[in-house]
This record gives sequence, structure tokens and C-alpha cells, in this order.
Amino acid sequence: MMESTTLKHFHGGLKLNYHKELSNQGPIAKCKPQSRYVIPLQQHIGAAGEVIVKQGQRVLKGQMLAISEKLVSAPVHAPVSGTIVEIGKHATPHPSGMEADCIIIENDFQDEWVEKKPVADDYNQMNSHDLRNIIRNAGIVGLGGAVFPSAIKQTEVNINTLILNGIECEPYITCDDLLMRERAREVIQGADIIAHIIKARECIITIEDNKPEAIAAMQAAIDEDSTGFFRLQIVPTLYPSGSEKMLIKIVTGKEIPMNGLPADIGVLCHNVGTAYAIHKAIYEDEPLISRIVTVTGNGIEQAQNLEVPIGTSIADCIEQCGGYSSDAHCLIIGGPMMGYSLDNDAVPVIKACNCLLVTSSDEIYPANTEAHMPCIRCGRCVEACPVQLLPQQLYWYASCGNHERVSEYHLFDCIECGCCTYVCPSQIPLVQYYRNAKSEIWQQAADRKKSDAARVRHEAREHRLELQKREREEKLRKKREMLNQKKGKPATSEIDEKKAAIAEALARVKKKKEIQEITPKNTDNLNAAQERQIREADQRRKSIKKENNE
Amino acid sequence: MLFRKASSPFISAQASVHSIMYQVLYALIPGTLAAIYFFGWGILINLLITTTVCLLSEAIILKLRARPVSASLKDGSTLITACLLALALPPLVPWWLTMIASIFAIAIAKQLYGGLGFNLFNPAMVGYIVVMISFPGQMTFWTAPLGISDGWLSLGDTFSIIFHSALPDQSSIDSVTMATPIDAIKTQLSLEHDIANTRQHKVYGALFGNISGRGWEWINLLFLLSGLWLIKQKVIDWRIPVSFLVSLLLISNLFAVIDYASYPSALFHLFSGGTMLCAFFIATDPISASTTPRGRWIFGAGIAVLTYTIRTWGGYPDGIAFAVVLMNMTVPLLDYYTQPKIYGNRKVD
Repeated sequence: MMESTTLKHFHGGLKLNYHKELSNQGPIAKCKPQSRYVIPLQQHIGAAGEVIVKQGQRVLKGQMLAISEKLVSAPVHAPVSGTIVEIGKHATPHPSGMEADCIIIENDFQDEWVEKKPVADDYNQMNSHDLRNIIRNAGIVGLGGAVFPSAIKQTEVNINTLILNGIECEPYITCDDLLMRERAREVIQGADIIAHIIKARECIITIEDNKPEAIAAMQAAIDEDSTGFFRLQIVPTLYPSGSEKMLIKIVTGKEIPMNGLPADIGVLCHNVGTAYAIHKAIYEDEPLISRIVTVTGNGIEQAQNLEVPIGTSIADCIEQCGGYSSDAHCLIIGGPMMGYSLDNDAVPVIKACNCLLVTSSDEIYPANTEAHMPCIRCGRCVEACPVQLLPQQLYWYASCGNHERVSEYHLFDCIECGCCTYVCPSQIPLVQYYRNAKSEIWQQAADRKKSDAARVRHEAREHRLELQKREREEKLRKKREMLNQKKGKPATSEIDEKKAAIAEALARVKKKKEIQEITPKNTDNLNAAQERQIREADQRRKSIKKENNE
Repeated sequence: MLFRKASSPFISAQASVHSIMYQVLYALIPGTLAAIYFFGWGILINLLITTTVCLLSEAIILKLRARPVSASLKDGSTLITACLLALALPPLVPWWLTMIASIFAIAIAKQLYGGLGFNLFNPAMVGYIVVMISFPGQMTFWTAPLGISDGWLSLGDTFSIIFHSALPDQSSIDSVTMATPIDAIKTQLSLEHDIANTRQHKVYGALFGNISGRGWEWINLLFLLSGLWLIKQKVIDWRIPVSFLVSLLLISNLFAVIDYASYPSALFHLFSGGTMLCAFFIATDPISASTTPRGRWIFGAGIAVLTYTIRTWGGYPDGIAFAVVLMNMTVPLLDYYTQPKIYGNRKVD
């Protein structure tokens, strides 16, 4: 059933050295149970879960620890049975090394499961909504690395094609390769469940041509299925063909519209690991409490794939792979193109960790952050960019902080694949510049929102105080009048009243002037961008005032 | 255990600016040797002056700007500027003129704009234009190529012309200089001698060689071949040379077909003067050229149109330097308006 359809190409891309043979020689090994597991509440895109267990409580394996109340969120579950010893801040694998809320479980080595009620083959009779709920409650997120809660994107509206992503285009990583080799049937079953939910008409399983064993295993599973619903599509090895955007282009020839979703062109993509996790949830009622992790690189004694319970510390995983070799140098979560480095290994494996790459010093060549050569506009980055951006122009405007221009050159369409940086002869850490520019722009937008809100609050307060003051004065005046009438004296002469009215009017005018005459400071020597910002601020101020007045 | 931190990607192709620049320099060698072979000691002396002065100016300005000196000198970009300048200048120009061109190219056109990567204009062409406008007389001091002259002007004579503006035996400079083919055609046309006539001319006829000029055709051919090598090595982008050469071919052919008596053939234009040097070494300077794919097509074609216009109707012998610098001016605009359509922003079948 291996049809040969003409494949489309995306722009650019790279041929890399893959080093997959380091870790794909042996089978997937099971990680030995550890005594402590650290489960971060937020391991996915979206809001963190709400803790539903207490310190000291005993939990069973597979029991939900935190529930997802928000739409874009995912629950987390206990990877083992044991006792909650702590709920609090703990170091997590995050590029910034920041601490986050975690639940810490002490393993009781009983391996006692919560009661399981697997749906198994009955899923065929269930509706999409109920199935999605099972997937959502199993804490399943995209295991290709994006960790977006899977159930949310499984829409039934107009989905024609389900693409199963077994591309694994990053060097070194082989967890999907091994998964497909060893558990092809389960992956296909998982895909069938997804297809049932989204009512897809076809399912294309995509694998790069550098994984012949996985291709053979998946083909065998497809042949066994014999419904003709699945089709294997072998894709030429080219980085980053595993990126959702690129993969859809290769397979369908269509592009996801800007700011759109794959669903807009009738396509849904899922990673093979996610399909496997969904199979586990439906057929065994097991939530996502473990994942396959490639532990590899020349800094590791015995590179291999491990099935690791979520929450196992990275140090323990590495110890099980024979520990660090003497020239271990850099610890990277994910692949060498898009991963991030950590400075220590005392953090847990989370749902997003597909690879622990420990490199020796002569294995990696990151761009030089301290002193790189200037950009000579050679355009190699333009040739390499799969999104067809102009990385050299983005760099030019990002490095001088011109946020408007950098957005005009489509900064936010950059997928941070690293192709531009890889080919740059000046060794400029381009992606780093883009990340910085993105976060600066996000920060500015957040600040602007905050200051707008503060201004509205301030002006409302001034208004309220003014009203209160007037009310008080009015009351006082009336009281005085009443007192005067009681004493039989004539009311304060009309002249006095007029004087008071005039004084009050003057005060009002003065106050108004004060508010209006907040003259801007430091307005000399402004550049165009600053002047624009001032104009924008004035505009906002005016519009807010208008709203208030209305 | 503690580890070194870095940002992704952690691997790279390990290309370097240094290797790009030195490949360009290697590619310049065959054509330069041919230029020396045909025009004698003067080219070599020019090369020595431009190299020394360019490197010195770069070092001094970098020192003044408090930037690392040795790294910049080693990147090879200054050597390329020096080499292009030496190839563009006539072989017998006085030494001070070569110096002025070199200083202007490096100090003003390159360093005052911010150094490597920041110059808007091609430094060598700016240096050339400055002396071309200021000293048009001296800029005609081309020698007759080997094959017309019996041999090279002696080293001693070349020296005294360049450094003392005169031959030792007090003979006039005109006795050793010779017009270039482009110049000869232009002057003769203004005297109402058509091209066929000029090619038969008793003095200038010998200049034209087999195609476009004795010596010039060989120099251009060698630059073409080494340029193709640069494209194969992916050191330069193919779009600018292709666009430039094809446009020049089309325009010159058009006029030659209309009136072959007053307009030289396309072949003459392609293999005369600095055409091939411009196509593969000057217009392709990535820093001052357009950087978008479509922009590069327009950039190359623009240089061709301007070169042809200046060569044919302008007052200067070869229009390449002006054409390149004029197109350099348009680059910011070209880059802005020729952005490629990005993923998701276009119709695909």
C-alpha cells in the first residue's frame, strides 16, 4: 500500500549529520523505579493545573494530582503509588532555570494502580466528545515537543486528513524511531482512535527515509490492519521536515495560512508518541505518566532509549545509562537544533523531554554569543529559512531594537528552527536575537496594557475624590444655611454666595488646567520611533478620556 | 554536576567569513596575473600600493575607533578591496592618486560607515570614482597591452612614471600610454568613424584582438571562469552575475542589431573593460548588494542598464563603477519592496 505520490518541497532546509546510530542500536529499556518523583504542575502549553491532593496523602499510581480547570490546560498524575511529601517550588527543566510549583511523591514501591476501566475496542461506539474527555483527563499533550493539550486540537469540523508525524528530523533523537519499531500496532491503533474522533477520511503516516526499520515495522502494522485507511508516506531526510508547517506542505502541498491552524486546510497532525499515549489511555486506561526519552551524545557512557516515568530526575536517567563520560560538557533537553541547555541535572523529566543530549566539548559548535563577526549579508540564511523569512534583515532590525520593522519582516512567523544560525558564516546567534526581540515586544505589549489600566484607575479615582469633595461641600453649605436660618439671621448674603460660586468655578478651572497641562518632558532629540510612541500614547490617553466622558 | 550553558542551535556548518573572503581572493588570482601579463609592472606596483595603504588605513581607523585591529585585518575583506582597486586603476597612474583612492575606499567608504558589514557602497568603487572625477586626465594612463607593445615597459621606466610622473629621458607620457578599446570606439565615433572603420584604424585597429580587445578578452575570460568556480563553491550568489550579464547581452545586442555601425556587439561588451570582474567580484559584494532573491535580479539588471548607458552615451570610459554605486543606493529600497512571500502567505497549487 506504499503509494508513491509526488511530494512537495518546502523552501530551504538543511542536510545534517544525524548521529542517530548512537542511541538506536538497542531496544527501549525500562527506567528503574526511584524513591522520589517531582511532578511539575505545568508541563504543557497553557495554564497550570489545580492541585487536588494534600501533603501527606497517599496516592495510587495513575491517580490525578492536579486537575485542569481552564480550557487550555492538562492534568498531571502520579507515576507511582506513594505519599505526597511536599507541594511547593522546585527546580524544573526550564531554559531560565526557574523554579515552579511541583508535587513531590515518595515511592512506596507497591506499584498499586488506581482502578482501571479501559474502553478498549468500544471506542468505536463512543462519541467524539466523550473520547476527547478521556484523552484530556489522561493528561495527554503533544509529545513531539510542543506539549499542546491534544484533546483541544481534535476538532471534528472539516478534517479530511490525519497526518501522523514520525519524522523525527532533529539529529540524535530516536525515541519515535524506536517506538515505531517496537510498538507499531499500538501506534496505529492510537491513530485509529484519533481518526475516529476527528472523523478523518484518511491517515497518512510519515517517516523520514533514514529510518528503514521503523518504516518496515509500520508498514507491517498497516498491512495487518488491512482497512486501507492508513497510508505510509516516506519523506526525504531534510531538516526541519518534522515541523508541522513543513510536514503539511510536503505531504499535501498546502500551506497553513498565516495566523491559521492546520484545521483551516482540513489537516490535523499528531506525533506518533501522542498516538501511542492515546492508545494507552483508551485500551489500558493509563494516563500519561511515562514517556520514551532518548539519552544520547558522546557525553554519555551507554546511549539508549529509556521509558521514563514523568518526574524521574534527569541525573537518575543518566546514571542508568552508565553515567557521564569524562568529557561531558553540555546538557541539552531536546535536539541540538531546537533544544535548550541546562546547567544542572537535578531536575525532573517532564512530558516535553524527548531527549537528554549530553555532548562532549568537541561535539557541538554553538554560535558565538560574546563576539561574532558582523553580518555580511551573504544571504545563506535566506536560502536556508524554511519559512522564507529574511533572517539577515530580521537580525539587522532586532539588533537595533526596531520593533516595528522587525515585526513587519514577520518576526512572529519564525519557527526558531535554527537553520539560519547553522549556516551563518559570521556565527551570529540569530535565533537568540529573535527570541529576545519577541520577548521584548511581548513585554512591551504587557507593560502598555498595564499602564493603560493604571491610568484608567487613576483617573477614575481622581474623579471619585472630586465628587466626594463636592458632596461634602454641598452638605456643609446646607448645614450652615440651616444653622443661620435657625438663629434667625438672614441667609448669608447673596453676594457671599456669588463669591463662593466664583471661587468654586475658579478652582475647577484651575484643576482642569492642571490636568491638561501635563507637558511632556525630554522631548528634544527624539527619534522617529519615540515620537511615534508618544503620539500613540497621546492617542490612547485621548480615547480613554473619551470613553470615560461617555 | 554543572554544565556549560549555550543557546540553540548547538551545531553549525562552521562556515566563516574568513573562508568566504579568501576564496574570493584566490579566485581573483588568475585574472590578476593575466592583467599583469598584458599590462606590465604598473598593475603590480598599483597592487602593492593599494594593499599597503588599504591595510594601513584600516588599521589606523580601527585603532581610532577602539576596535580590535588584527581580527579585522585578517578577515580578507580589505585585501579584496585593494585588489579590485588595483585592477580598476590604469597601470601608470601616479602613486599619490592610487593612495588617495585607497584611503578613500577604506577610511571613508568602509570604516566611517561602520566597517565590515555596514558600508552602503562598494568601497573599491567609491575609491575609484573619487579619483576618476577628480583626476580624469591621469585616469587614462593605460599602457598598450602586450602584443601591440613589443614587451613590458621596463621596471625603471614604470617606476619613474608612477613616482616622478615622467620618463627618465624626458619623453612625454603620451608616448607610452594607449586608449582602451571602449575608449577608442567612443572617441572615434565622436569623430564620425564607425566601428568597422575603427577596427581597421592604423593605430587603434590592433587594440581589438579577436573579440573585444587584445588582453582584455583574456582577462575577462579568466574572471568569468573563476567566477563560475565561486558560484560552484556557493561563495557568491548566481543571480546577480546571471542577471547582470544577460541584461547587458540583451541591451547591447538590441542596439547592435538596430545599428551595428555605431553600437559594438554584445560580445564586445561582455568581454571588455571590467565586465566580468564586475559580474563576479564587484556587483556580488554581498554587503553593498541587495540581499533578497528578487532584489538581486533587479540589482544585476540595473547595473547592466546603467553600465551600458554610461559606456555608450556617457562621458566616462567605463561605466561600471558608477553603475554599481548608483545601484548600491537603491539597495535599502530594493530589499524592502522585494521581500519574498513567506510560508502561509501565498497560493500554492
